[in-house]
Amino acid sequence: MLEVRGVTKRFGGLTAVSSVDLAVAEGEIVSLIGPNGAGKTTLFAMIAGFLKLNEGDIFLNGNSIAGMKPHQICKFGMVRTFQITQPFAGLTTLQNIMVGAYAHTNDRMQAQQKAEQVADIIGMTSLLGLGADSLTVAGRKRLELARALATNPKLLLLDEVMAGLNPTEIDEIVAVIKGIRDTGVTIFLIEHVMKAVMNLSDRSYVLNDGKLIATGTPAEIAANPVVIEAYLGHGAASEMAGE
Amino acid sequence: MEINRHIILLLVSAAVMLAAPFFITSKFYIDVLTLIFFTAYIGQSWNILGGYAGQFSFGGVMFFGTGAYTSSILLTTFGIPPIIGIVFAIIAGALLGFIVGFMSFRSGLKGSYFALITLAFAELLRVLANSVEFTGGGVGLFLTYAPGLKDLQFKTPTGFYYFALLLMLISIVIALWLERSRFGAQLVAIRENEEAAEALGINTLKCKIYAIMIMGAMGGAAGTFYAQKYLYLDPPIAYSIHLSVEMLLVTIVGGMGTVFGPLIGAFVLHIVNEIARHFIDTPGLSLIVYGVILIVIISYLPNGLIGLFRKRMKKSKPTALDRLISGDKDA
Repeated sequence: MLEVRGVTKRFGGLTAVSSVDLAVAEGEIVSLIGPNGAGKTTLFAMIAGFLKLNEGDIFLNGNSIAGMKPHQICKFGMVRTFQITQPFAGLTTLQNIMVGAYAHTNDRMQAQQKAEQVADIIGMTSLLGLGADSLTVAGRKRLELARALATNPKLLLLDEVMAGLNPTEIDEIVAVIKGIRDTGVTIFLIEHVMKAVMNLSDRSYVLNDGKLIATGTPAEIAANPVVIEAYLGHGAASEMAGE
Repeated sequence: MEINRHIILLLVSAAVMLAAPFFITSKFYIDVLTLIFFTAYIGQSWNILGGYAGQFSFGGVMFFGTGAYTSSILLTTFGIPPIIGIVFAIIAGALLGFIVGFMSFRSGLKGSYFALITLAFAELLRVLANSVEFTGGGVGLFLTYAPGLKDLQFKTPTGFYYFALLLMLISIVIALWLERSRFGAQLVAIRENEEAAEALGINTLKCKIYAIMIMGAMGGAAGTFYAQKYLYLDPPIAYSIHLSVEMLLVTIVGGMGTVFGPLIGAFVLHIVNEIARHFIDTPGLSLIVYGVILIVIISYLPNGLIGLFRKRMKKSKPTALDRLISGDKDA
């Protein structure tokens, strides 16, 4: 469904993402993990059209989307959420989700119905009348998810939707994401919460210093010495093995 | 519910304003009301781009001036009657909106940068109008007095009163449409968070250009109205900074991004202005009074006077205005 080929991004002398290849198949939940500063969000921003790539190409269902604007990519069925939540602060939760729903309808009533439907799936029906600026962190994360889902995506890019949540909230949102996948939406996510990564993803990619260093099922990744060293430093893998 | 209340309020106030000339015999008061409607109308045009879409402009007068020159030149040079000329004025305003919007939004100008570029455009047009032949240059254009619908001129102030009222009511209908349409929701989304709006499939460039084109079209019609009422036009009138300020002032004072904000603001400012003039008759006093009102409103009523009628929000949030003033790049 999504194919990233040899994508590179340089900021001046810094190569943030260096010839990354990856693919996400329809119906999968794929995670992208890696230490802070590895280039995960940069890669996401390029996939969603927010940053231009220096090299490489990105395909969505076989069509090249490199160089397209985010709103065009959204129309093709791929939408991202933001790591730092970006609510429409002056609007209510309902109005926020309706903006997403308007992506595919011109009709106010239809948009409202769609928004209410999505709110039900995400579990924020009781928050619909509240101003988006009065939501808690967990509420804002859900709002990001709800707005994106209201655009009827085929592929959702989730950038750390669990950061800052407590364990109960994480369990809830993991269930929500699984529920979204079951409705036929493919999911590609960046995540730091390992419990959620292990629990959710069919496959993971590991990014470190802008390069892909490993790929496989979460269990394979967790046992991969290269990955352990990327997170814990040189020699960590052999020390752990020696224990 | 909000929408129905708007429509009821609109119908009641429209009825009152339609009937007003039958009760108000003083030509002076009819003229003041005409001016209030005119200011409310031009304020609403600013409100669409500034209040709803969050793109502040300091040069809104450019559309007014261009519209005024368009219909006036068509009349004086080609003998085309203003009732047709006003259509060309509207087109000219929208076209200028497209040019300014395309150039500045495409290059990503936002906040104070966009505001200043509109000011620069207005000044540029003023200088141009002063130096070219067909605008009459610094001498200006004199229009002949020929009352009649064809010339959009009227024998009595009541005629202009109804003309201004019509324009103002049309502008309210446009704002009501924004309140309930997808386009309006998209403009508000752009105001609140442009990046998120783009991520959710909104063509932010196109929406902003449409918004400035609507503003331009409305400004163009206002120009024809003014020219046919006062029958004289020169560059300092057509492209006066005073009007640019007035249109944003009435909107900020009344309440940005609201249907009735510009009308409320226009009423309050004109009444305050008339009262002030009654006591001290000094030229330029209105500007001082406006300045004081603006400071008070921004400090204590960031949502404008209309904020007084609304339920207080639980938490006060920074408005688009706060962000502009604090220099936040997202403004």
